[in-house]
Amino acid sequence: MSSTRRDPATYPPYFYEAYRATVRRSPRHPPVRLPVTLSELTGPGPAVSQVSTEDADLTRNMGTGEEAIGERMIVVGRVTDHRDEPIAGALVEVWQANAAGRYRHKVDQHGAPLDPNFLGWGRCLTNADGVYRFVTIRPGAYPWENHPNAWRPPHIHFSLLGPAWGSRLITQMFFPGDPLLALDPIFNAVPAPARERLVAHYAHDVTQPGYALGYRFDVVLVGPRATPAEPFEASARDRQ
Amino acid sequence: MSAPAPTPSLTVGPFFHGIVRPGANVLVGPQTRGERIRIEGCVYDGDRAPVTDAMVEIWQANAAGRYRHPLDERPVPLDPAFIGFGRSATEEAGAFWFETVRPGPVPFRGDTLQAAHINVAVSARGVLDHLFTRLYFEDDAATAADPILRLVPPARRATLLARRLPSDGTALYRFDIVLQGDGETVFFEL
Ligand SMILES: [Fe+2]
Repeated sequence: MSSTRRDPATYPPYFYEAYRATVRRSPRHPPVRLPVTLSELTGPGPAVSQVSTEDADLTRNMGTGEEAIGERMIVVGRVTDHRDEPIAGALVEVWQANAAGRYRHKVDQHGAPLDPNFLGWGRCLTNADGVYRFVTIRPGAYPWENHPNAWRPPHIHFSLLGPAWGSRLITQMFFPGDPLLALDPIFNAVPAPARERLVAHYAHDVTQPGYALGYRFDVVLVGPRATPAEPFEASARDRQ
Repeated sequence: MSAPAPTPSLTVGPFFHGIVRPGANVLVGPQTRGERIRIEGCVYDGDRAPVTDAMVEIWQANAAGRYRHPLDERPVPLDPAFIGFGRSATEEAGAFWFETVRPGPVPFRGDTLQAAHINVAVSARGVLDHLFTRLYFEDDAATAADPILRLVPPARRATLLARRLPSDGTALYRFDIVLQGDGETVFFEL
């Protein structure tokens, strides 16, 4: 497999015209390839650990004592590296619209109601098996300005800080069978063979009887190019 | 066994502010060791318009040059009052800022050192994968021989040098990030 982080078979290009905001925000110069040093092999993931268990329950973490409205769901996933080794202690942060498709955010002008009991973001750490788990509600679709009658398919935003600065990942999780996926320029910015990796799977073994539906969304973090065991060998190779 | 397929990135979008907690851009407390510095900058797009929905993240060594991370096993002291990670969301004018300490130098390979630097990641609506760059200090003589800066075309190196501005007390540095066009910041592939 390619060990380059920005493998064009996996990552979206910076310039993707159908997603209009990329037109003036995409660099024109190719990136400069960096030899891997301690700066890229280290990262804040292991040090950022002040996370409370309440942070992982978005149905209740508004702190009002009341529950958010919407179809409850449990999202679990395993975070691994490119060798399928679990990544323990990774910081996983999520944010999402409420069940009506509205974010608790000052620039969200969508005329759908806010839910006074839904904050819309949470976080947790992966356990020793690399597994994270959130309880939340299914987010709604929401309109955006990109093109006429544009709607974002329901999605949950994910940020992951693993062991290395070079493996930092920000992405979005989508839902299976959604007809809006084919119409979404953001989803379609991802190369076709890799798109399905951003679609969660319904997981009946995660579904909790009488309580919430289960979804599984595994994440594979890659890079920096060296493995921790031989950081400087790899950068020496790069030089040749 | 085939290697598992990497998860693609996607944009952070405009609604990420919940994960930028109050004070996330202040890396220092009263007990933190080292010289305080303040970093200010703006993120601009290809029209030199401010990017008002960007998230700038930094990761750096402490004042002694040690990363708080299990892979950094050098006999350099950790500072219990310093982690080295910060986040700042840009405001209406595209501005972000951090209060931190001047990082110490960290190794390149063998006995060689890198000039003091702060690792920077830039995310924004319209940026489909966060962009990595580095902040160096214009008034640091070690930048002239830095092995990473020497990989950057000379005409573009200045985009990585934070400029020292006049200030009372805390040293103030200016570091703008230009996503596209004239003066485009050098971004790195890791
Ligand atoms: Fe969104």
